Amino acid sequence: MADLVSHPDEVRVVSKRFGQGAADLDRYLAFDGYKAVQKALSLGFDGIIKEVKESNLRGRGGAGFPTGMKWSFVPKESAKPKYVLCNGDESEPGTCKDRLILEHDPHSVIEGVVIGGLSIKAKVGYIYIRGEYRYLVDIMRKAIADAYARGFLGKNIFGSGVDFDVYWHTGAGAYEVGEESALMESLEGKRGVPRIRPPFPAVVGLWGGPTIINNVETLASVPHIILGGGQWFAELGTPKNGGTRLFCLSGHVNRPGVYELPLGYNLRKMIDEVAGGVWKGHKLKAVTPGGSSTPVLTADEVDVGMDFDQLMKAGSMLGSGGVVVLDDQTCMVKYAQRIMMFYQHESCGWCIPCREGTDWLKKTLNRFHAGGGVKKDIDNIQYLAENMLGRTFCPLGDAAAMPTISIVKKFRKEFEDHLEGRPCPYEKGVVEQLPVLA
Amino acid sequence: MVVSEQLDAFFTEKMKDYPTQRSFLVPMLLYTQDELGYLSDEAIAYVAQKVNLDELEIRNVISYYSMLTTKPRGRYNVQVCRNICCMLRGSDEIGAHVKQRLGIAHKGTTADGMFSFEEVECIGACGWAPAMQVNYDFHENLTAGRVDEILDQYRSKSSL
Ligand SMILES: Cc1cc2nc3c(=O)[nH]c(=O)nc-3n(C[C@H](O)[C@H](O)[C@H](O)COP(=O)(O)O)c2cc1C
Ligand code: SF4
Ligand code: FES
Repeated sequence: MADLVSHPDEVRVVSKRFGQGAADLDRYLAFDGYKAVQKALSLGFDGIIKEVKESNLRGRGGAGFPTGMKWSFVPKESAKPKYVLCNGDESEPGTCKDRLILEHDPHSVIEGVVIGGLSIKAKVGYIYIRGEYRYLVDIMRKAIADAYARGFLGKNIFGSGVDFDVYWHTGAGAYEVGEESALMESLEGKRGVPRIRPPFPAVVGLWGGPTIINNVETLASVPHIILGGGQWFAELGTPKNGGTRLFCLSGHVNRPGVYELPLGYNLRKMIDEVAGGVWKGHKLKAVTPGGSSTPVLTADEVDVGMDFDQLMKAGSMLGSGGVVVLDDQTCMVKYAQRIMMFYQHESCGWCIPCREGTDWLKKTLNRFHAGGGVKKDIDNIQYLAENMLGRTFCPLGDAAAMPTISIVKKFRKEFEDHLEGRPCPYEKGVVEQLPVLA
Repeated sequence: MVVSEQLDAFFTEKMKDYPTQRSFLVPMLLYTQDELGYLSDEAIAYVAQKVNLDELEIRNVISYYSMLTTKPRGRYNVQVCRNICCMLRGSDEIGAHVKQRLGIAHKGTTADGMFSFEEVECIGACGWAPAMQVNYDFHENLTAGRVDEILDQYRSKSSL
């Protein structure tokens, strides 16, 4: 459905079957399909974990946690069944990559789930896909049914004596459900209110059993690691940041879309060359490097390698791989307002700092952008956001606070330009309804 | 029965994929809504009985998920993304255009029951912004002109 793009600098691993019809099982088999599972069966649990650890694969869902380490936290023996849960809730603004994997290469996700399951001696995996992605749910349902029909799933897979079931599941609209513990609640048929941790899902997860939860892209990388070897994958990226990533380039660029590039790829080059530069001949103002929750970088800060550690050092995060580019005509107050509107809408309401904080921030930013801001609001916005950090029940509160703090700090002047009923300097016709507060 | 026998049989079968009865609840509500247009009192009673929970508990779950609705909507629900990547590429204008074309506001439905309109958060089409979904169909790289064509297509589709 969504158009595919390409660039010579791409290194295609996870996206190598895009546009090749690999949702069809026979086509998939012609591209080394289901070979990784068979190899994994012969490697055994320890062998799988060793390769994945060696690959330096880190979670593509947002936090960048080392996948092999996550899997090794699962207790070897457990009275309750163990599970693999694939997180296909993809809802972080700026992120549109899992969608392509699920559309073009659903079997690679199934394979990833099975291999993850083998590594922890689970027998069941669930693939949770956000409700809006109905066409992808249908593609996945067919892929799973086809895999069962060939005996790749179910009893005694590939004559190994191992049973493994994979089931599909779908959401019904909720960003917060992408948070791993809320995801489990949702899969259990409940409201997506997160769980307290510890215990972590690796110990107490779905229906009380040890559970590994991974992003679609993370799991789709696993078969390639098993076939190509952990070391090969690690060498594609930078130290401690193995492999490639599907970067979703969006906003004010000439050639937006999803490009697979090695971790560590320079952000400026990504914008100027891969995405064809800032549109309309405008200049760059800012970049959100890893989805809406990550702190923005200014135009002076984009000479940075796009991996987890380098971005952390630069004061931001690699997050979910959503690179949103803003040109010099963009109003940063409006951008902050729109981000906050989203988090306020998605806050599950469970804890006060997030529920009240996002609401207060949204209202203040609305008023501010409409020309009703007063000087002390600027410090208040920053103060409130800083006090949400680390004080909420789940990381959604941080996700709302982090971009806000960065925008106020780095673009304070734009807030000042809106003061005292002045019309937004970047937009015509925005001065509106709201009164100026004294 | 409130839903078709086919859907009911599908639920019965699918519920076996889980260790607890209520696990398939969220998708079940969505698929029920797809068939009926919205989650009516009868639909809620049906689902409650199916998963063996109180109706109140079902309503509690429904109220959490933004795609679920207990009110009837238009045959085609036009959902324009208003989030950052779409906003940067003109979704405010697209949203205003749809509203004006259909003569309805956010969450409104046209008098003939053909269309409803909703501003929604990111739908995973950020690289092809601005974007919208009409029911489950994605429409991307929108312009006002494209939106007119798309709406006309749905209108003529339903008169067939
Ligand atoms: C509010 C919130 C939303 C999230 N949404 C997603 C999501 O849509 N997809 C995803 O894979 N991870 C999401 N995550 C991260 C998950 O909690 C979890 O860390 C991830 O799925 C783990 O997989 P990984 O290690 O492969 O990245 C979200 C986290 C938070 C706090
Ligand atoms: S931080 Fe927000 S989303 Fe997370 S539990 Fe608290 S209210 Fe819910
Ligand atoms: S921001 Fe509109 S689809 Fe993601």
